[in-house]
Amino acid sequence: MQVRRRIVDEELDVANTLWRDAGKRLLRHRLAMFGVCVLFLVIVMGVFGPAITPYDPNGMDFANRFASPSLAHWMGTDDFGRDIFSRIILGARISLQVGLVAVSVATILGTGLGLLAGYGRRFTDEVIMRAMDVLYSIPALLLAIAIVAALGKGINNAMIAIGLVYIPIFARIARAAVLGIRNEEFIIAARALGAGDLRILLWHVLPNVLSPIIVEITLSLAFAILAEAALSFFGLGTQPPDPSWGRMLAEGRDFFRQSGWMAFFPGLAILFTVMGFNFLGDGLRDALDPKLRR
Amino acid sequence: MNYQYIVQRLLSAFVVVLGVTVVVFMIVQIVPGDPARVVLGPYANDEAVQGLRDRLGLNRPVVEQYLSWLGALTQGDFGQSLLNGQEVAPQLWGRIGPSFELALVSLLVGLAIAFPVGIVSALKPGSAVDIASTLFSQIGVSIPSFWMGIMLVIIFSLNYSLLPPSGYTPITEDPGDWFAHIVLPAFTAGFVSASIMTRFIRSAMLDVLSANYVQTARAKGLGERTVVLRHALRNAMINIVTIIGLQINALFSGVVIVEVVFSWPGLGRLALNAVLERDYPLLQGTVLVVAVMFTMVNLLVDLLYFVLDPRIEYA
Repeated sequence: MQVRRRIVDEELDVANTLWRDAGKRLLRHRLAMFGVCVLFLVIVMGVFGPAITPYDPNGMDFANRFASPSLAHWMGTDDFGRDIFSRIILGARISLQVGLVAVSVATILGTGLGLLAGYGRRFTDEVIMRAMDVLYSIPALLLAIAIVAALGKGINNAMIAIGLVYIPIFARIARAAVLGIRNEEFIIAARALGAGDLRILLWHVLPNVLSPIIVEITLSLAFAILAEAALSFFGLGTQPPDPSWGRMLAEGRDFFRQSGWMAFFPGLAILFTVMGFNFLGDGLRDALDPKLRR
Repeated sequence: MNYQYIVQRLLSAFVVVLGVTVVVFMIVQIVPGDPARVVLGPYANDEAVQGLRDRLGLNRPVVEQYLSWLGALTQGDFGQSLLNGQEVAPQLWGRIGPSFELALVSLLVGLAIAFPVGIVSALKPGSAVDIASTLFSQIGVSIPSFWMGIMLVIIFSLNYSLLPPSGYTPITEDPGDWFAHIVLPAFTAGFVSASIMTRFIRSAMLDVLSANYVQTARAKGLGERTVVLRHALRNAMINIVTIIGLQINALFSGVVIVEVVFSWPGLGRLALNAVLERDYPLLQGTVLVVAVMFTMVNLLVDLLYFVLDPRIEYA
């Protein structure tokens, strides 16, 4: 018993060192750190949103319609005289919320299905992966639009749609990672020790496929934010008067001849946030798998 | 040539298309509540709702509904639009051309940017060109294409009046006007594809540039141009084709958005109109056609491997 505990302790030490090394590599990755800084700002905006906006994000001021950027209104005002900067701050909360919920749906369902496919029998694998092929054969955004069309417009259904669309990606990544390790000695040893399938999957397989999944989570957050912006831009996501960045861009489009800033700043907010997640994702990939580094 | 693989690949494409029909059919089935009521709105009388239920076949068992819908599809019958009562099929056929043109030109724009940038940055890793190309890739994958489209319209159509802001002219009517209309949408969709492809082309080129046969080619005294184009690029092509294949999903998604921004009369815009009007048969037809086109393109890409790399054996 003592020998077994020592082996487990040693294994944990090795695992901890690997994660610590990856953390150090990430801290040295300049672009990833830039991404972290951008995301920190976005998270602060998302968490403290209403408390830090200079104006009421939905407060109308008809005397100040279409005001261009100035000291009073850093990013100008829209067609109702609402302060665009305040609305962008509040929009961060919506973007983050959609990203987190949608990617959680995709990660939990996709990884679960991928683990089952990779670890299960051939029949299970075939059924799951052919279903994933089917979902993957419909362009992501079109599938999301179709799902929202069926479930109805609105932010909640947009989150579900975006999550469902990304399930095949997680399933493929998890399955590939499982196939790579399913015949490794530590899995065979665990089985020999009498561990059941579920225990092996959760305790031995899952921790070993985490790296590619963590990277994909970060990159999927970028996709989810872009997808939400696109759905809201089409009028299918966030509904008025809530200020989603995509919705603000769509509203700005109607007035871009007279006030280009209405569309310019929300687009810039999307660009920087998505770039933040992409930088962090790339940094994590380099840190967790140095062999892939280019 | 391994014909067994081709047959297997054709069969799997067929299974995927069949699966897509199930997903597309389910669009109406997962509508919360009564789809007929949802389409007609809360104030429609029961008689009208019942009439629509009959028309859509919603009173029959689900399996029967699916089989009869699938049977009609095999004869090219996509049903009738709920909005104007017209057949869906002719509406779809009219939109395939413009969508295909836009996707193709966008892909060409993407390749025209990605190849030179990717190759040059692989030849000089760490150089200013390489850093600029990395930055370009990062911006490209992060930029919302609808925002980029709007900004291009503001610059090139409103400020400088160089190009039309939206619309479409068939190439058969006036090729010059067609070209003027396709420049901005194709550049918008192509830019995003280019940024992703640049990274993969760079990576694929870096792999082959350090290979022994490239060193040998250099040692033989061949010019850099010959080494890069005839020895390295040709061997990197197999990976690059894979990426172009994967890129097509993103490209099709991008084209949907770009069509809406530039009022391009393609399938993407048709799908969005169908969603906004709750015209389910039209939406189902559009999604199905796009998915089938996409599956066919993927199949072609897979089969293209044979031509590019005769060494590949398929189990």
